[in-house]
Amino acid sequence: MPTRVLVPAGVLGLGFQQAALDHGVAARPDIICIDGGSTDSGPFSLGSGTSKYSRGSCKAEWRALMQARAAAGVPLVIGSAGTCGTDETVDWLFDITREIAAELGQRLRVARLYSSQPASRVAAALAAGRVHPLTPAPDLDQGSLDSMTNIVALAGVEQMQAALATGADIVIAGRMTDTATVAALPLMRGEHPGGAWHGAKIAECGAQCSSNPTSGVVMVEFDRIGFTVEPMAKGATCTPYSVSAHMLYENSDPFRLYEPGGYLDVSEARYSALDSRKVRVEGARWVPGKYTVKLEGARLAGHQTTILAILREERYVRHAREWTEKLHAFLTEQIAARMGLGAADYTLEFRLIGVDGALGAAEHRQGDPVEVGVLGLITAASAETADEIGRLINPFVLHYPLTEDEALPTFAFPYSPAQSSRGAFYEFALNHVMELDDPMEAFRLEVTEIGNAKTG
Amino acid sequence: MPRLGDVVRRISSKNAGPFWVTVDVFCGSPEVFEQVSKRLATPAVAALFQVPSQTLKRFDIPDLGVVKFSMPRPVVQGSRHDRDMHGAQLAVLLQEFDFQS
Repeated sequence: MPTRVLVPAGVLGLGFQQAALDHGVAARPDIICIDGGSTDSGPFSLGSGTSKYSRGSCKAEWRALMQARAAAGVPLVIGSAGTCGTDETVDWLFDITREIAAELGQRLRVARLYSSQPASRVAAALAAGRVHPLTPAPDLDQGSLDSMTNIVALAGVEQMQAALATGADIVIAGRMTDTATVAALPLMRGEHPGGAWHGAKIAECGAQCSSNPTSGVVMVEFDRIGFTVEPMAKGATCTPYSVSAHMLYENSDPFRLYEPGGYLDVSEARYSALDSRKVRVEGARWVPGKYTVKLEGARLAGHQTTILAILREERYVRHAREWTEKLHAFLTEQIAARMGLGAADYTLEFRLIGVDGALGAAEHRQGDPVEVGVLGLITAASAETADEIGRLINPFVLHYPLTEDEALPTFAFPYSPAQSSRGAFYEFALNHVMELDDPMEAFRLEVTEIGNAKTG
Repeated sequence: MPRLGDVVRRISSKNAGPFWVTVDVFCGSPEVFEQVSKRLATPAVAALFQVPSQTLKRFDIPDLGVVKFSMPRPVVQGSRHDRDMHGAQLAVLLQEFDFQS
């Protein structure tokens, strides 16, 4: 019996086509799987333990998926719930699930899989020589572990299988690999291991492996030899090219993918068109190895305040670099004189938008911009200090002259006040793996019955 | 001189996790792939991205007509001096790279 996995989208919160989802449900899947997370937007989500996507978007989409689950009569699972997949964001989605269950009159068994790691567990593993750096890895010791606001371990298929074995209607999992969410059931049912992991990687971004990425929905059918992938949106197609090219996406190595307990090798994979929309894939290998889970951690690295001014006058546009360099030197003196702060206490950086804002030193083109945005980034240990520096520099950013013997210029501030507090600033602080003897030793499962069947 | 972006079908870049960035050159035809694979020198690409040549991984994939480069991010994603959270603008450097086909 093949295993049919319906993947509604690459991530919860980005949208999918309802008609394509309905079509997928009608095609009788064995499970509905979606990913909820990523590090792609930066360290803030993990650092703060919050979702990147709005609650409203997630609730609207999760409701559609809960209705699809009820119609299909199969489990619905999400991995890396709430972007970062901390215990807090798992519970955040659980609260949303409870609300929807009440609104829809569904009675459900919900399994929550928790992936957050206490610093003490990682510290003990580090001391025992069971934490290993990947390349490149930040320095790691007890002090840096204690400074992290959140640490998560990426679960693999074993933990998701344990959650499915509870008979859950819905599994809300914390951080796990994108692929493990999809590969768990096919592997549990004995489908081809290389095919299960490979098909999971192809489907983890939903319809991105098809001609219509925004439609979201794909079905992957796994069997004992390989897998077949088909987009669910009307008119969308998968081709051997669109499917195989997806192995390139956000992957540093397009042939090898490391997962808990081994790696996937697709160097011998063959892709063939079954018809104008379906692609058949065989030949990937799963190579078992030591059981390790990847760790992600973020630490508070200060607080940030920004300021933005726009230079439009031609002479200032032409001399924008020289102007910001002079201004920076002047402000460094002022901050030292008025606040008693030195280089160790804060950083102030000006970036020239319109000149090299995106690429910095790697920029090689010179244009003739109409105007230049000067973005000042202030980072200091406390929000109060960053804001105070912002207020201190504000009048100079507005009026600083290029030369002494000229009338004071006044640049364009786009809003008042020109400085804005960005709040806490986080940094990624781990790129390591941790060895485990038992896949569940660093993860926790909780099963809850929620909702009430509608009466009358 | 023509630019690489005018010769090939598409060039894109993206983070591969917070510590790596990857750049894909989709050549569009076997002929263009052969030219790019042969004439696009790894040290020149490393210099363009301002990373040491030995840290730049390269994959020439004839089946896809793709030349792929992966490297540790010069600044870690989201750290204080990062300018491009998703690493997607890095591809522009290669799009604008002079390339005689």
